[in-house]
Amino acid sequence: MQAATETVFKALADPTRRAIFEHLARDGEQTVHALTDRAGVSQPAVSKHLGVLKNAKLVRDRRAGRETHYRAHPKALAPLIDWMSIYGAFWRDRFDRLESLLKRMDP
Amino acid sequence: MTNTAPTRTLVIEREMPHAPEKIWRALTQGPLIEEWLMNNDFQPVVGHRFNFRSTPVPGWNGVIDGEVLVIEPNSRLAYSWGTMGMASVVTWTLTPTAGGTHVRMEQTGFPSEESASYKGATYGWTKFIGNM
Repeated sequence: MQAATETVFKALADPTRRAIFEHLARDGEQTVHALTDRAGVSQPAVSKHLGVLKNAKLVRDRRAGRETHYRAHPKALAPLIDWMSIYGAFWRDRFDRLESLLKRMDP
Repeated sequence: MTNTAPTRTLVIEREMPHAPEKIWRALTQGPLIEEWLMNNDFQPVVGHRFNFRSTPVPGWNGVIDGEVLVIEPNSRLAYSWGTMGMASVVTWTLTPTAGGTHVRMEQTGFPSEESASYKGATYGWTKFIGNM
């Protein structure tokens, strides 16, 4: 897996970060305060998550006065456009399920 | 990934200690398919159009459109696999071996376009797989 892909995957592997990213992607630009109200975790935790998302280029920030505004940068999902690895993982999981089903079936 | 060739192929092969006839049932009977793959209205009839349905996730409606292309009982099965922004064909080949069956799954025809739905579907898929 390419470094960029791995960074994006890791950033989205965490459910809280994924929720923050989805929230930004769906509802547009938000302040850290607004995100904290929604996320159900402390502001330092939200800031840390935003740092990881920013590092993966999944979000961009902009300072306005005392507030930092974040917005989603969906183009950073481009490294994920690797159907081979996506479907590879999918089918390997389904092969496992198929094998476990076969064990339960009558011959 | 912007210059990906338009057609790509993914192959997964496994040796399974079961008869081809039994694996064929798991690959072609709706209620059995649902147990390992997805909810479906599949019928092993060439030309039959069906859906695989999964829980929708953001960016992906969870629906895969299929049409049965090849039915060779106990040996070969092919169906189209279409979902937002992509079209492909899934082919299953069963070959009897001394200890059971060699199972080969080939998926061909991944798209390369950078459409919004494609990206959305990719993200949806990644999330879907992440939830497994």
